Amino acid sequence: MDIGFATQQIIYGLTVGCLYGLLAIGYTMVYGVLRLINFAHGDLLMVSAYVAFFGIVIFSFPWPLAFAGAALITGFIGILIDRGAYKPIRKSPRISALITAIGVSFLLENLALVIIGGRPKPFPIPMLFEGSLSVGQVKLPILSIWVLAVTTVLLMIVLAIINKTRIGMAMRALSRDMETVSLMGIDVNRVISFTFALGSMLAAFGGVMWCMKYPAIEPFMGVIPGLKAFVAAVLGGIGNVTGAAIGGLILGLAEVLIVAVQPDWSGYRDAIAFCIMIFILLTRPTGIMGQKLPD
Amino acid sequence: MVRIVSFSLTLLALMFSLASASDPINVGALLPMTGSVAAFGQMGWDGFQTARKIQPQALGRPVELKLSDTKSDKVDSANAMSRLIEREKVVAVLGEMISGDTIAASDYSERAKIPMISPTATNPIVTQGKKFVFRVCFIDPEQGRVGARLAIDNLKAKTAAIIYDISQDYCVGLKTFFQREFTQSGGKIVSETMFKTGDRDFTPQLSRIKSLNPDVIYAPIYYTECALIAKQAREMGLTAPILAGDGVQAPELMQLGGKDVEGLYFTAHFHEDMVETPIAKKFLELFRKETGKELDSYSAQAADAYFLLIDAINRAGSADPQKIRDAIVETKDFNGVTGKITMKPDGNAIKAMVVNKVKDGKFAYVTTIMP
Repeated sequence: MDIGFATQQIIYGLTVGCLYGLLAIGYTMVYGVLRLINFAHGDLLMVSAYVAFFGIVIFSFPWPLAFAGAALITGFIGILIDRGAYKPIRKSPRISALITAIGVSFLLENLALVIIGGRPKPFPIPMLFEGSLSVGQVKLPILSIWVLAVTTVLLMIVLAIINKTRIGMAMRALSRDMETVSLMGIDVNRVISFTFALGSMLAAFGGVMWCMKYPAIEPFMGVIPGLKAFVAAVLGGIGNVTGAAIGGLILGLAEVLIVAVQPDWSGYRDAIAFCIMIFILLTRPTGIMGQKLPD
Repeated sequence: MVRIVSFSLTLLALMFSLASASDPINVGALLPMTGSVAAFGQMGWDGFQTARKIQPQALGRPVELKLSDTKSDKVDSANAMSRLIEREKVVAVLGEMISGDTIAASDYSERAKIPMISPTATNPIVTQGKKFVFRVCFIDPEQGRVGARLAIDNLKAKTAAIIYDISQDYCVGLKTFFQREFTQSGGKIVSETMFKTGDRDFTPQLSRIKSLNPDVIYAPIYYTECALIAKQAREMGLTAPILAGDGVQAPELMQLGGKDVEGLYFTAHFHEDMVETPIAKKFLELFRKETGKELDSYSAQAADAYFLLIDAINRAGSADPQKIRDAIVETKDFNGVTGKITMKPDGNAIKAMVVNKVKDGKFAYVTTIMP
């Protein structure tokens, strides 16, 4: 394997990894605050893809407006999901919330299936994101540069919000002890809604970039990326934002590089991802960046 | 007294015959209306409905189509089949469109002794050892052979790379038959890479293929994945021609693949330009009027499955599944939309094969190959 081939694979791996990472951040934030695995998170990727698609194709908005609309609407749907499905069972055992999350996921998928239909639709890619640069033998798709840049910027913004702002402080406090925080006069529901909105908007950005990279949108397109992002979040240490991004990158790189080196395994890419997760859970249950569990 | 009795008997008989005349014959339509091959299911449904407009009756009774969605999934396909047989009480089933789902569903119909006719399931296993499973299409050993000949004779290929879907019986089977013919004719398979239905990223597989620089890429897969593979291949500068099977003939191939699927060759069941016979012309006209679409292989094959079944029910003179089955086997030189169909005792049909090509964003007809 020569150096050009290896660099090329690393670029592909990083691109996929960033997309997993963006989704994983949303997973991890909701988990951090509510201790809930929001299985509907992957489907928000599908929602944002369809919103952007209809924005461009049916209403013929310019793409920046369609993408911004996709982020806002997806964020709003995130809040709706929390208010409609998770808030009424906030005090119930955690397993009820988990099953509700799976229910919401099915609801979104089948709603899209009924309303839009099951045949894949082509996503119109704006000119700005098309084409690729050639550096020697290595091809650098313009979209990969965008994906890397957008992910880095969004990660910075999320970290700044969590660590530097009052609402971020409330989020961090909430993840420690919800009851005490509510006693301190903080509007818990507002903070949770904000978390959902932020996480869903990240999923929306991930979704729009995902369907520019793989331009076939269909109701079940969010399932596999959602699962992969979940693996990435666990890998990085669930509840930790930087960990989720790193987990995503590791997962993306591992998937691409293993298949590039060992093409016979190319049918088992998903298996590779889940084997990595099992291995991490066995050796380091709290993930790469996770805190040590108290004995 | 005798007169009154005979009169009331006649009346009774008349009422009985009227009742049975209006009694519909239930036929199942087992189709993937959603999921990874939803296009095939919806094209098939268009075909069934248009065909039913032409022949709405069998034995003087209306034919009712009961649609059941298989979600392009093997387990759901088997469930949908049991629903058709147990609840809808169908006397025969038309479908499924793809091999994996047909195999999964056929176990049930075989045990229940309900005849089923698949319009387009091409894997040889579909009908193997089964008495009640039929199809109106060619089978994959033929298709793989024609594909390999096409690669060697028309595309002048000496080396080929194969990329296929390991979770679909159709893909695995067709890949094997292509490989056999290609290597026997002196060609060399330089790489075999695989993926799973629903995968969207093929860059590692394609980088591998690019580094081996084959003369042709054989992709015996379905339309969504094929379009994305073509896109990603061209993006990374992999320019080898792509050759595919009948599984790519859906409008989605061009919608998703755009200019990157231009020049893609594939073996197929049918092309609109083949239409010659009066029944085919009549069907084509009605199909265009009803749906506003061009007639594709899947709709045409579905129509033939429907017409063949109605013909068999009429010849059987009864809606009894066993009798319908016996009539289907005896089908000889049946004039369908896609050409003449003769059923062999093993449940397979003798059918011609077509080579198509993507040209200017449309499927263009290249040639017909007789078996």
